[in-house]
Amino acid sequence: MPEESASYTARPEILHTPTSETVGFAVAAQPLGFWTKLYANGTFRKTVLLVLLAAAWEIYARALANPLLFPTFTATVGALLSSIAAGEIPRAGLYTLSLLLKGYVAGLFFAALLTAFASVSRIGADLLETLTAMFNPLPSIALLPLALIWFGLGDNSVIFVLVHAVLWAVALNTFAGFRALSPTLRMVGQNYGLSSVAYILRILIPGAFPSILTGLKVGWAFAWRTLIAAELVFGVSSGSGGLGWYIFENKNQLRIPEVFAGLLTVIIFGLFVENVIFRTIEQRTVRRWGMQT
Amino acid sequence: MREPALLSVNGVTLQYRTGEQLVTATYRVSFDVLKGDRFVVLGPSGCGKSTLLKAIGGYLSPVEGEMLLNGARIGKPGPDRAFVFQEFDQLLPWKTVCDNVVFALTASGKLAKKAATERALHFIAKVGLTKFADNFPHTLSGGMKQRVAIARAMAMEPQILLMDEPFAALDALTRGKMQEDLLQLWEDTRFTVVFVTHSIPEAIRIGNRILLLTPHPGRTKAEINCLGQDVVSDDGELLSARIQRLLFDRTGAIVDA
Repeated sequence: MPEESASYTARPEILHTPTSETVGFAVAAQPLGFWTKLYANGTFRKTVLLVLLAAAWEIYARALANPLLFPTFTATVGALLSSIAAGEIPRAGLYTLSLLLKGYVAGLFFAALLTAFASVSRIGADLLETLTAMFNPLPSIALLPLALIWFGLGDNSVIFVLVHAVLWAVALNTFAGFRALSPTLRMVGQNYGLSSVAYILRILIPGAFPSILTGLKVGWAFAWRTLIAAELVFGVSSGSGGLGWYIFENKNQLRIPEVFAGLLTVIIFGLFVENVIFRTIEQRTVRRWGMQT
Repeated sequence: MREPALLSVNGVTLQYRTGEQLVTATYRVSFDVLKGDRFVVLGPSGCGKSTLLKAIGGYLSPVEGEMLLNGARIGKPGPDRAFVFQEFDQLLPWKTVCDNVVFALTASGKLAKKAATERALHFIAKVGLTKFADNFPHTLSGGMKQRVAIARAMAMEPQILLMDEPFAALDALTRGKMQEDLLQLWEDTRFTVVFVTHSIPEAIRIGNRILLLTPHPGRTKAEINCLGQDVVSDDGELLSARIQRLLFDRTGAIVDA
Protein backbone atom coordinates (compact mmCIF):
# COMPACT_ATOMS: atom_id res chain seq x y z
CA MET A 1 0.00 0.00 0.00
CA PRO A 2 1.33 3.40 -0.95
CA GLU A 3 0.65 5.06 2.43
CA GLU A 4 2.54 2.41 4.31
CA SER A 5 5.56 2.37 2.04
CA ALA A 6 5.58 6.18 2.17
CA SER A 7 5.66 6.18 5.93
CA TYR A 8 8.32 3.47 5.79
CA THR A 9 10.66 5.45 3.54
CA ALA A 10 9.91 8.57 5.55
CA ARG A 11 11.71 7.14 8.60
CA PRO A 12 15.03 8.95 8.78
CA GLU A 13 18.31 7.08 9.02
CA ILE A 14 20.37 7.76 12.09
CA LEU A 15 24.15 8.05 12.18
CA HIS A 16 25.77 8.37 15.57
CA THR A 17 28.85 10.52 15.73
CA PRO A 18 31.13 9.95 18.71
CA THR A 19 30.52 12.56 21.41
CA SER A 20 32.61 13.40 24.43
CA GLU A 21 30.17 11.35 26.50
CA THR A 22 30.39 8.12 24.46
CA VAL A 23 34.16 8.39 24.00
CA GLY A 24 34.78 8.91 27.71
CA PHE A 25 32.62 5.96 28.73
CA ALA A 26 35.13 3.19 28.18
CA VAL A 27 34.89 1.13 31.36
CA ALA A 28 34.18 -2.28 29.89
CA ALA A 29 35.73 -4.14 32.82
CA GLN A 30 35.41 -3.22 36.48
CA PRO A 31 37.42 -4.68 39.36
CA LEU A 32 35.38 -6.92 41.66
CA GLY A 33 34.73 -6.02 45.31
CA PHE A 34 36.75 -7.55 48.17
CA TRP A 35 33.99 -9.90 49.43
CA THR A 36 33.05 -11.02 45.94
CA LYS A 37 36.69 -11.93 45.28
CA LEU A 38 37.01 -13.70 48.62
CA TYR A 39 33.85 -15.70 48.00
CA ALA A 40 35.08 -16.64 44.54
CA ASN A 41 38.19 -18.19 46.14
CA GLY A 42 37.62 -21.95 46.43
CA THR A 43 40.32 -22.45 49.05
CA PHE A 44 38.69 -19.83 51.25
CA ARG A 45 35.21 -21.38 50.91
CA LYS A 46 36.53 -24.84 51.74
CA THR A 47 38.54 -23.59 54.71
CA VAL A 48 35.40 -21.97 56.13
CA LEU A 49 33.56 -25.27 55.70
CA LEU A 50 36.34 -27.19 57.48
CA VAL A 51 36.35 -24.74 60.38
CA LEU A 52 32.57 -25.05 60.71
CA LEU A 53 32.80 -28.86 60.68
CA ALA A 54 35.51 -28.82 63.36
CA ALA A 55 33.36 -26.47 65.47
CA ALA A 56 30.34 -28.75 65.09
CA TRP A 57 32.50 -31.71 66.15
CA GLU A 58 33.77 -29.87 69.23
CA ILE A 59 30.27 -28.75 70.30
CA TYR A 60 28.74 -32.20 69.83
CA ALA A 61 31.55 -34.01 71.65
CA ARG A 62 31.34 -31.60 74.59
CA ALA A 63 27.58 -32.05 74.78
CA LEU A 64 28.00 -35.83 74.67
CA ALA A 65 30.79 -35.71 77.28
CA ASN A 66 31.89 -39.30 76.64
CA PRO A 67 35.57 -39.32 75.59
CA LEU A 68 35.51 -43.11 75.22
CA LEU A 69 32.90 -42.93 72.49
CA PHE A 70 33.57 -39.58 70.91
CA PRO A 71 36.50 -37.43 72.02
CA THR A 72 36.44 -33.69 71.38
CA PHE A 73 38.21 -32.05 68.45
CA THR A 74 40.73 -30.42 70.77
CA ALA A 75 41.51 -33.74 72.51
CA THR A 76 41.99 -35.36 69.10
CA VAL A 77 44.31 -32.59 67.93
CA GLY A 78 46.19 -32.89 71.24
CA ALA A 79 46.61 -36.63 70.75
CA LEU A 80 47.67 -36.02 67.15
CA LEU A 81 50.32 -33.48 68.17
CA SER A 82 51.74 -35.66 70.93
CA SER A 83 51.78 -38.67 68.59
CA ILE A 84 53.62 -36.60 66.02
CA ALA A 85 56.05 -35.41 68.69
CA ALA A 86 56.61 -39.01 69.79
CA GLY A 87 57.24 -39.93 66.16
CA GLU A 88 54.55 -42.61 66.08
CA ILE A 89 52.30 -41.06 63.47
CA PRO A 90 55.12 -39.90 61.17
CA ARG A 91 56.62 -43.40 61.24
CA ALA A 92 53.30 -45.11 60.61
CA GLY A 93 52.33 -42.51 58.00
CA LEU A 94 55.61 -42.85 56.11
CA TYR A 95 55.36 -46.60 56.16
CA THR A 96 51.81 -46.52 54.80
CA LEU A 97 52.78 -43.94 52.21
CA SER A 98 55.79 -45.87 50.91
CA LEU A 99 53.68 -49.00 50.59
CA LEU A 100 50.97 -47.01 48.86
CA LEU A 101 53.38 -45.46 46.36
CA LYS A 102 54.87 -48.86 45.51
CA GLY A 103 51.43 -50.31 44.87
CA TYR A 104 50.26 -47.21 42.99
CA VAL A 105 53.25 -47.08 40.67
CA ALA A 106 53.06 -50.82 39.99
CA GLY A 107 49.34 -50.43 39.28
CA LEU A 108 50.02 -47.57 36.84
CA PHE A 109 52.63 -49.66 35.08
CA PHE A 110 50.25 -52.56 34.50
CA ALA A 111 47.49 -50.14 33.53
CA ALA A 112 49.80 -48.61 30.92
CA LEU A 113 50.63 -52.04 29.51
CA LEU A 114 47.01 -53.09 29.34
CA THR A 115 45.87 -49.80 27.78
CA ALA A 116 48.65 -49.83 25.23
CA PHE A 117 47.67 -53.35 24.21
CA ALA A 118 44.02 -52.30 24.09
CA SER A 119 44.71 -49.28 21.91
CA VAL A 120 46.70 -51.18 19.27
CA SER A 121 44.44 -54.18 18.78
CA ARG A 122 40.77 -54.98 18.92
CA ILE A 123 41.36 -58.18 20.88
CA GLY A 124 43.30 -56.08 23.42
CA ALA A 125 40.34 -53.76 23.76
CA ASP A 126 38.04 -56.72 24.28
CA LEU A 127 40.43 -58.12 26.86
CA LEU A 128 40.54 -54.83 28.76
CA GLU A 129 36.78 -54.49 28.72
CA THR A 130 36.21 -58.07 29.86
CA LEU A 131 38.82 -57.99 32.60
CA THR A 132 37.55 -54.64 33.87
CA ALA A 133 33.97 -55.86 33.92
CA MET A 134 35.11 -58.91 35.87
CA PHE A 135 37.47 -57.39 38.40
CA ASN A 136 36.48 -53.77 38.83
CA PRO A 137 33.42 -54.57 40.99
CA LEU A 138 35.47 -56.95 43.14
CA PRO A 139 36.57 -55.18 46.35
CA SER A 140 40.35 -55.36 46.49
CA ILE A 141 40.33 -56.22 50.16
CA ALA A 142 38.48 -59.43 49.31
CA LEU A 143 41.63 -60.60 47.54
CA LEU A 144 43.85 -60.13 50.57
CA PRO A 145 43.28 -63.56 52.17
CA LEU A 146 44.20 -65.14 48.84
CA ALA A 147 47.19 -62.83 48.43
CA LEU A 148 48.42 -63.82 51.87
CA ILE A 149 48.43 -67.44 50.76
CA TRP A 150 50.20 -66.63 47.48
CA PHE A 151 52.73 -64.08 48.67
CA GLY A 152 52.90 -64.82 52.38
CA LEU A 153 52.75 -62.32 55.23
CA GLY A 154 54.42 -59.11 54.24
CA ASP A 155 54.44 -56.15 51.90
CA ASN A 156 54.10 -58.15 48.71
CA SER A 157 50.58 -59.33 49.38
CA VAL A 158 49.50 -55.77 50.24
CA ILE A 159 51.12 -54.44 47.05
CA PHE A 160 49.31 -57.10 45.05
CA VAL A 161 46.01 -55.92 46.47
CA LEU A 162 46.93 -52.29 45.78
CA VAL A 163 47.75 -53.07 42.17
CA HIS A 164 44.31 -54.58 41.84
CA ALA A 165 42.76 -51.46 43.38
CA VAL A 166 44.56 -49.06 41.01
CA LEU A 167 44.79 -51.01 37.79
CA TRP A 168 41.17 -51.19 36.64
CA ALA A 169 40.18 -47.63 37.45
CA VAL A 170 43.20 -46.17 35.66
CA ALA A 171 43.10 -48.51 32.66
CA LEU A 172 39.37 -48.05 32.13
CA ASN A 173 39.49 -44.26 32.30
CA THR A 174 42.59 -43.95 30.16
CA PHE A 175 41.17 -46.18 27.49
CA ALA A 176 37.86 -44.31 27.55
CA GLY A 177 39.85 -41.09 27.10
CA PHE A 178 41.73 -42.53 24.13
CA ARG A 179 38.47 -43.57 22.51
CA ALA A 180 36.85 -40.20 23.08
CA LEU A 181 39.70 -38.32 21.40
CA SER A 182 38.38 -36.35 18.45
CA PRO A 183 39.02 -37.89 15.02
CA THR A 184 40.30 -34.52 13.83
CA LEU A 185 43.14 -34.55 16.35
CA ARG A 186 44.00 -38.10 15.32
CA MET A 187 44.19 -37.03 11.70
CA VAL A 188 46.33 -34.02 12.65
CA GLY A 189 48.75 -36.38 14.38
CA GLN A 190 48.94 -38.57 11.30
CA ASN A 191 49.27 -35.57 9.00
CA TYR A 192 52.54 -34.56 10.62
CA GLY A 193 53.91 -38.06 10.26
CA LEU A 194 54.16 -39.10 13.93
CA SER A 195 55.37 -42.64 14.51
CA SER A 196 53.18 -44.85 16.70
CA VAL A 197 55.13 -44.25 19.91
CA ALA A 198 55.34 -40.49 19.33
CA TYR A 199 51.67 -40.54 18.39
CA ILE A 200 50.73 -42.09 21.73
CA LEU A 201 52.99 -39.78 23.72
CA ARG A 202 52.28 -36.53 21.88
CA ILE A 203 48.64 -36.88 20.82
CA LEU A 204 46.80 -39.66 22.64
CA ILE A 205 48.04 -39.10 26.19
CA PRO A 206 47.72 -35.30 26.32
CA GLY A 207 44.44 -35.50 24.41
CA ALA A 208 43.02 -38.00 26.87
CA PHE A 209 44.54 -36.28 29.89
CA PRO A 210 41.26 -35.21 31.54
CA SER A 211 40.13 -38.84 31.63
CA ILE A 212 43.56 -40.07 32.66
CA LEU A 213 43.56 -37.62 35.56
CA THR A 214 40.14 -38.84 36.66
CA GLY A 215 41.49 -42.40 36.55
CA LEU A 216 44.53 -41.40 38.61
CA LYS A 217 42.32 -39.76 41.23
CA VAL A 218 39.89 -42.66 41.47
CA GLY A 219 42.80 -45.12 41.55
CA TRP A 220 44.48 -43.15 44.31
CA ALA A 221 41.32 -43.10 46.41
CA PHE A 222 40.77 -46.84 45.91
CA ALA A 223 44.37 -47.61 46.83
CA TRP A 224 44.31 -45.43 49.94
CA ARG A 225 41.05 -46.96 51.15
CA THR A 226 42.22 -50.50 50.44
CA LEU A 227 45.53 -50.01 52.20
CA ILE A 228 44.05 -48.61 55.41
CA ALA A 229 41.51 -51.45 55.46
CA ALA A 230 44.22 -54.03 54.82
CA GLU A 231 46.33 -52.66 57.63
CA LEU A 232 43.38 -52.51 59.99
CA VAL A 233 42.40 -56.11 59.42
CA PHE A 234 45.73 -57.72 58.67
CA GLY A 235 48.10 -55.07 59.98
CA VAL A 236 50.10 -57.62 61.84
CA SER A 237 50.86 -59.28 58.54
CA SER A 238 53.12 -56.51 57.39
CA GLY A 239 55.53 -56.23 60.24
CA SER A 240 56.07 -52.74 61.55
CA GLY A 241 52.55 -51.51 60.77
CA GLY A 242 51.23 -48.34 59.20
CA LEU A 243 48.42 -45.95 59.97
CA GLY A 244 45.73 -48.61 59.89
CA TRP A 245 47.68 -50.66 62.36
CA TYR A 246 48.19 -47.56 64.54
CA ILE A 247 44.40 -47.07 64.65
CA PHE A 248 43.78 -50.74 65.41
CA GLU A 249 46.34 -50.94 68.17
CA ASN A 250 45.13 -47.80 69.94
CA LYS A 251 41.54 -49.03 69.75
CA ASN A 252 42.63 -52.22 71.50
CA GLN A 253 44.09 -50.12 74.31
CA LEU A 254 40.97 -47.94 74.37
CA ARG A 255 42.99 -44.83 73.61
CA ILE A 256 40.16 -43.34 71.61
CA PRO A 257 41.64 -39.83 71.04
CA GLU A 258 44.59 -41.60 69.38
CA VAL A 259 42.19 -43.59 67.22
CA PHE A 260 40.61 -40.33 66.13
CA ALA A 261 44.04 -38.81 65.60
CA GLY A 262 44.87 -41.70 63.28
CA LEU A 263 41.64 -41.25 61.36
CA LEU A 264 42.25 -37.51 61.20
CA THR A 265 45.67 -38.16 59.69
CA VAL A 266 44.10 -40.32 57.01
CA ILE A 267 41.58 -37.56 56.30
CA ILE A 268 44.17 -34.77 56.27
CA PHE A 269 46.33 -36.76 53.93
CA GLY A 270 43.39 -37.41 51.63
CA LEU A 271 42.49 -33.71 51.60
CA PHE A 272 46.09 -32.78 50.88
CA VAL A 273 46.44 -35.14 47.91
CA GLU A 274 43.08 -34.13 46.45
CA ASN A 275 43.25 -30.39 47.06
CA VAL A 276 46.93 -29.69 46.68
CA ILE A 277 48.57 -32.33 44.48
CA PHE A 278 45.77 -33.24 42.09
CA ARG A 279 44.40 -29.69 42.08
CA THR A 280 47.81 -28.31 41.12
CA ILE A 281 48.20 -30.87 38.33
CA GLU A 282 44.71 -29.99 37.11
CA GLN A 283 45.37 -26.27 37.08
CA ARG A 284 48.69 -26.63 35.30
CA THR A 285 47.23 -28.94 32.66
CA VAL A 286 43.60 -29.47 31.76
CA ARG A 287 42.33 -26.15 33.13
CA ARG A 288 45.10 -24.17 31.52
CA TRP A 289 44.39 -25.93 28.24
CA GLY A 290 40.67 -25.23 28.51
CA MET A 291 39.86 -28.95 28.39
CA GLN A 292 38.05 -28.72 31.72
CA THR A 293 36.33 -25.76 33.31
CA MET B 1 53.55 -27.39 -24.14
CA ARG B 2 51.32 -28.27 -21.22
CA GLU B 3 52.72 -27.91 -17.74
CA PRO B 4 52.94 -31.27 -15.93
CA ALA B 5 50.38 -31.68 -13.16
CA LEU B 6 51.47 -31.40 -9.53
CA LEU B 7 48.60 -33.58 -8.42
CA SER B 8 46.95 -35.92 -10.84
CA VAL B 9 43.84 -37.89 -9.95
CA ASN B 10 42.94 -40.60 -12.46
CA GLY B 11 39.67 -42.50 -12.39
CA VAL B 12 39.49 -42.63 -8.63
CA THR B 13 36.68 -44.56 -6.98
CA LEU B 14 36.42 -44.28 -3.22
CA GLN B 15 34.40 -46.45 -0.89
CA TYR B 16 33.99 -46.53 2.85
CA ARG B 17 32.13 -48.74 5.24
CA THR B 18 29.43 -47.48 7.61
CA GLY B 19 28.31 -50.28 9.89
CA GLU B 20 26.55 -52.67 7.50
CA GLN B 21 26.83 -50.67 4.30
CA LEU B 22 29.56 -50.06 1.78
CA VAL B 23 29.15 -46.50 0.52
CA THR B 24 30.63 -45.38 -2.79
CA ALA B 25 31.72 -41.82 -2.17
CA THR B 26 33.16 -40.97 -5.58
CA TYR B 27 33.04 -42.86 -8.86
CA ARG B 28 35.88 -42.61 -11.41
CA VAL B 29 36.80 -39.03 -10.68
CA SER B 30 39.69 -37.54 -12.63
CA PHE B 31 41.33 -34.12 -12.56
CA ASP B 32 44.73 -32.43 -12.59
CA VAL B 33 45.95 -29.74 -10.21
CA LEU B 34 48.78 -27.57 -11.52
CA LYS B 35 51.38 -25.80 -9.42
CA GLY B 36 50.01 -22.56 -7.98
CA ASP B 37 46.38 -23.58 -8.57
CA ARG B 38 43.60 -22.58 -6.26
CA PHE B 39 41.64 -25.68 -7.12
CA VAL B 40 38.13 -25.73 -5.69
CA VAL B 41 36.10 -28.92 -5.39
CA LEU B 42 32.46 -27.86 -5.27
CA GLY B 43 29.36 -29.93 -4.77
CA PRO B 44 26.32 -30.47 -2.58
CA SER B 45 26.58 -32.65 0.49
CA GLY B 46 26.93 -36.33 -0.32
CA CYS B 47 29.08 -35.80 -3.40
CA GLY B 48 32.13 -37.26 -1.68
CA LYS B 49 34.21 -34.09 -1.86
CA SER B 50 35.50 -34.39 1.70
CA THR B 51 36.22 -38.09 1.21
CA LEU B 52 38.10 -37.21 -1.95
CA LEU B 53 40.22 -34.69 -0.06
CA LYS B 54 40.89 -37.19 2.72
CA ALA B 55 42.07 -39.66 0.10
CA ILE B 56 44.50 -37.07 -1.27
CA GLY B 57 45.59 -36.56 2.34
CA GLY B 58 46.30 -40.31 2.48
CA TYR B 59 43.67 -41.16 5.10
CA LEU B 60 42.00 -43.70 2.82
CA SER B 61 43.07 -45.36 -0.40
CA PRO B 62 41.07 -45.64 -3.61
CA VAL B 63 39.55 -48.98 -4.63
CA GLU B 64 40.10 -48.06 -8.27
CA GLY B 65 42.29 -45.56 -10.09
CA GLU B 66 45.36 -43.76 -8.82
CA MET B 67 46.46 -40.47 -7.33
CA LEU B 68 49.91 -39.12 -8.10
CA LEU B 69 51.65 -36.26 -6.36
CA ASN B 70 54.66 -35.14 -8.41
CA GLY B 71 54.46 -38.47 -10.21
CA ALA B 72 54.67 -40.49 -7.01
CA ARG B 73 51.74 -42.55 -5.82
CA ILE B 74 50.03 -41.18 -2.69
CA GLY B 75 50.29 -43.56 0.24
CA LYS B 76 50.10 -42.72 3.92
CA PRO B 77 49.30 -39.25 5.32
CA GLY B 78 52.39 -37.08 5.31
CA PRO B 79 53.62 -33.55 5.90
CA ASP B 80 53.97 -32.88 2.15
CA ARG B 81 50.16 -32.57 2.10
CA ALA B 82 49.25 -30.27 4.98
CA PHE B 83 45.60 -30.49 5.95
CA VAL B 84 43.34 -27.73 7.25
CA PHE B 85 40.13 -29.20 8.67
CA GLN B 86 36.72 -27.68 9.11
CA GLU B 87 36.61 -28.38 12.85
CA PHE B 88 37.92 -25.87 15.36
CA ASP B 89 39.38 -28.66 17.49
CA GLN B 90 42.19 -29.36 15.04
CA LEU B 91 44.60 -27.37 17.22
CA LEU B 92 46.20 -29.27 20.06
CA PRO B 93 44.54 -27.72 23.13
CA TRP B 94 47.57 -28.41 25.33
CA LYS B 95 49.87 -26.28 23.18
CA THR B 96 49.95 -22.53 22.68
CA VAL B 97 49.38 -20.99 19.24
CA CYS B 98 53.12 -20.82 18.62
CA ASP B 99 53.75 -24.33 19.94
CA ASN B 100 51.03 -25.73 17.73
CA VAL B 101 52.94 -24.52 14.68
CA VAL B 102 56.30 -25.54 16.14
CA PHE B 103 54.88 -28.99 16.92
CA ALA B 104 53.99 -29.55 13.27
CA LEU B 105 57.48 -28.57 12.14
CA THR B 106 59.36 -30.62 14.72
CA ALA B 107 57.06 -33.67 14.74
CA SER B 108 57.51 -34.02 11.00
CA GLY B 109 61.26 -33.70 11.46
CA LYS B 110 61.34 -30.70 9.16
CA LEU B 111 63.17 -28.30 11.46
CA ALA B 112 64.86 -28.22 14.85
CA LYS B 113 63.15 -26.44 17.71
CA LYS B 114 64.88 -23.07 17.32
CA ALA B 115 64.49 -22.69 13.58
CA ALA B 116 60.94 -24.00 13.90
CA THR B 117 60.03 -21.29 16.43
CA GLU B 118 61.41 -18.64 14.11
CA ARG B 119 59.44 -19.89 11.16
CA ALA B 120 56.32 -20.39 13.29
CA LEU B 121 56.38 -16.76 14.40
CA HIS B 122 56.84 -15.64 10.81
CA PHE B 123 53.73 -17.46 9.65
CA ILE B 124 51.74 -16.47 12.73
CA ALA B 125 52.55 -12.87 11.80
CA LYS B 126 51.35 -13.58 8.27
CA VAL B 127 47.90 -14.53 9.55
CA GLY B 128 47.96 -11.52 11.89
CA LEU B 129 48.08 -13.33 15.24
CA THR B 130 51.45 -12.18 16.60
CA LYS B 131 49.77 -10.79 19.73
CA PHE B 132 48.21 -14.20 20.44
CA ALA B 133 51.27 -16.40 19.89
CA ASP B 134 51.40 -17.41 23.57
CA ASN B 135 47.66 -17.95 23.97
CA PHE B 136 46.12 -21.36 24.35
CA PRO B 137 43.62 -22.26 21.60
CA HIS B 138 40.58 -22.20 23.91
CA THR B 139 41.04 -18.46 24.39
CA LEU B 140 40.70 -17.77 20.65
CA SER B 141 37.62 -17.22 18.52
CA GLY B 142 36.67 -19.69 15.80
CA GLY B 143 38.14 -17.52 13.05
CA MET B 144 41.41 -17.12 14.92
CA LYS B 145 41.67 -20.88 15.43
CA GLN B 146 41.27 -21.40 11.69
CA ARG B 147 43.97 -18.79 11.07
CA VAL B 148 46.32 -20.73 13.34
CA ALA B 149 45.50 -23.94 11.48
CA ILE B 150 46.25 -22.19 8.19
CA ALA B 151 49.51 -20.79 9.59
CA ARG B 152 50.47 -24.26 10.79
CA ALA B 153 49.76 -25.83 7.42
CA MET B 154 51.54 -23.05 5.51
CA ALA B 155 54.59 -23.15 7.79
CA MET B 156 55.11 -26.73 6.66
CA GLU B 157 55.61 -25.34 3.14
CA PRO B 158 53.89 -28.41 1.77
CA GLN B 159 53.73 -29.39 -1.87
CA ILE B 160 50.02 -28.90 -1.64
CA LEU B 161 47.60 -27.47 0.92
CA LEU B 162 44.39 -29.39 1.50
CA MET B 163 41.52 -27.37 2.93
CA ASP B 164 38.32 -29.12 3.90
CA GLU B 165 35.64 -26.41 4.20
CA PRO B 166 37.87 -24.44 6.55
CA PHE B 167 35.49 -21.48 6.77
CA ALA B 168 32.18 -23.36 6.82
CA ALA B 169 31.75 -23.15 10.59
CA LEU B 170 32.44 -19.40 10.71
CA ASP B 171 29.90 -16.59 10.73
CA ALA B 172 29.32 -14.85 7.38
CA LEU B 173 31.28 -11.68 8.21
CA THR B 174 34.33 -13.58 9.44
CA ARG B 175 34.12 -15.96 6.49
CA GLY B 176 34.30 -13.09 4.00
CA LYS B 177 37.33 -11.65 5.75
CA MET B 178 39.05 -15.04 5.88
CA GLN B 179 38.50 -15.59 2.15
CA GLU B 180 40.03 -12.22 1.43
CA ASP B 181 43.01 -12.97 3.68
CA LEU B 182 43.54 -16.38 2.12
CA LEU B 183 43.73 -14.77 -1.33
CA GLN B 184 46.19 -12.20 0.03
CA LEU B 185 48.35 -15.02 1.43
CA TRP B 186 48.22 -16.71 -1.96
CA GLU B 187 49.37 -13.49 -3.64
CA ASP B 188 52.34 -13.47 -1.21
CA THR B 189 53.49 -17.06 -1.43
CA ARG B 190 51.70 -18.68 -4.41
CA PHE B 191 51.06 -21.97 -2.72
CA THR B 192 49.01 -24.73 -4.35
CA VAL B 193 45.73 -25.45 -2.63
CA VAL B 194 42.85 -27.87 -3.07
CA PHE B 195 39.87 -26.25 -1.41
CA VAL B 196 36.64 -28.13 -0.73
CA THR B 197 33.41 -26.19 -0.30
CA HIS B 198 29.66 -26.46 -0.76
CA SER B 199 29.21 -22.73 -1.24
CA ILE B 200 29.04 -21.43 -4.82
CA PRO B 201 30.01 -17.82 -3.89
CA GLU B 202 33.00 -19.11 -1.91
CA ALA B 203 34.09 -21.33 -4.82
CA ILE B 204 33.92 -18.39 -7.22
CA ARG B 205 35.81 -16.12 -4.86
CA ILE B 206 38.59 -18.57 -3.95
CA GLY B 207 39.12 -20.69 -7.03
CA ASN B 208 40.92 -20.22 -10.31
CA ARG B 209 39.56 -23.58 -11.36
CA ILE B 210 36.42 -25.24 -10.06
CA LEU B 211 35.58 -28.93 -10.19
CA LEU B 212 31.86 -29.63 -9.96
CA LEU B 213 30.77 -32.93 -8.42
CA THR B 214 27.28 -34.40 -8.46
CA PRO B 215 26.22 -36.59 -5.55
CA HIS B 216 25.41 -40.28 -4.88
CA PRO B 217 28.06 -41.25 -5.80
CA GLY B 218 30.31 -38.26 -6.55
CA ARG B 219 31.00 -37.93 -10.26
CA THR B 220 32.66 -35.09 -12.12
CA LYS B 221 30.13 -32.85 -13.81
CA ALA B 222 32.42 -30.14 -15.10
CA GLU B 223 35.73 -28.40 -14.57
CA ILE B 224 35.54 -24.68 -15.17
CA ASN B 225 37.84 -21.69 -15.03
CA CYS B 226 37.18 -18.78 -12.74
CA LEU B 227 38.58 -15.26 -12.41
CA GLY B 228 37.51 -14.69 -8.83
CA GLN B 229 34.38 -12.79 -9.80
CA ASP B 230 30.84 -13.76 -10.65
CA VAL B 231 31.07 -12.51 -14.25
CA VAL B 232 28.71 -12.88 -17.20
CA SER B 233 30.17 -15.14 -19.88
CA ASP B 234 29.86 -14.69 -23.68
CA ASP B 235 26.55 -16.53 -23.82
CA GLY B 236 25.08 -14.04 -21.34
CA GLU B 237 24.97 -16.36 -18.36
CA LEU B 238 26.18 -15.43 -14.90
CA LEU B 239 28.92 -17.82 -13.66
CA SER B 240 27.03 -18.65 -10.48
CA ALA B 241 23.89 -19.35 -12.51
CA ARG B 242 25.91 -21.59 -14.81
CA ILE B 243 27.29 -23.55 -11.87
CA GLN B 244 23.81 -23.77 -10.40
CA ARG B 245 22.48 -25.09 -13.73
CA LEU B 246 25.30 -27.64 -14.04
CA LEU B 247 24.84 -28.97 -10.53
CA PHE B 248 21.05 -28.93 -10.45
CA ASP B 249 18.43 -29.01 -13.14
CA ARG B 250 15.84 -26.19 -13.47
CA THR B 251 13.41 -27.60 -10.93
CA GLY B 252 16.20 -27.82 -8.41
CA ALA B 253 16.36 -31.60 -8.41
CA ILE B 254 19.76 -33.21 -8.61
CA VAL B 255 20.78 -34.13 -12.15
CA ASP B 256 21.18 -37.83 -12.70
CA ALA B 257 24.02 -38.24 -15.14
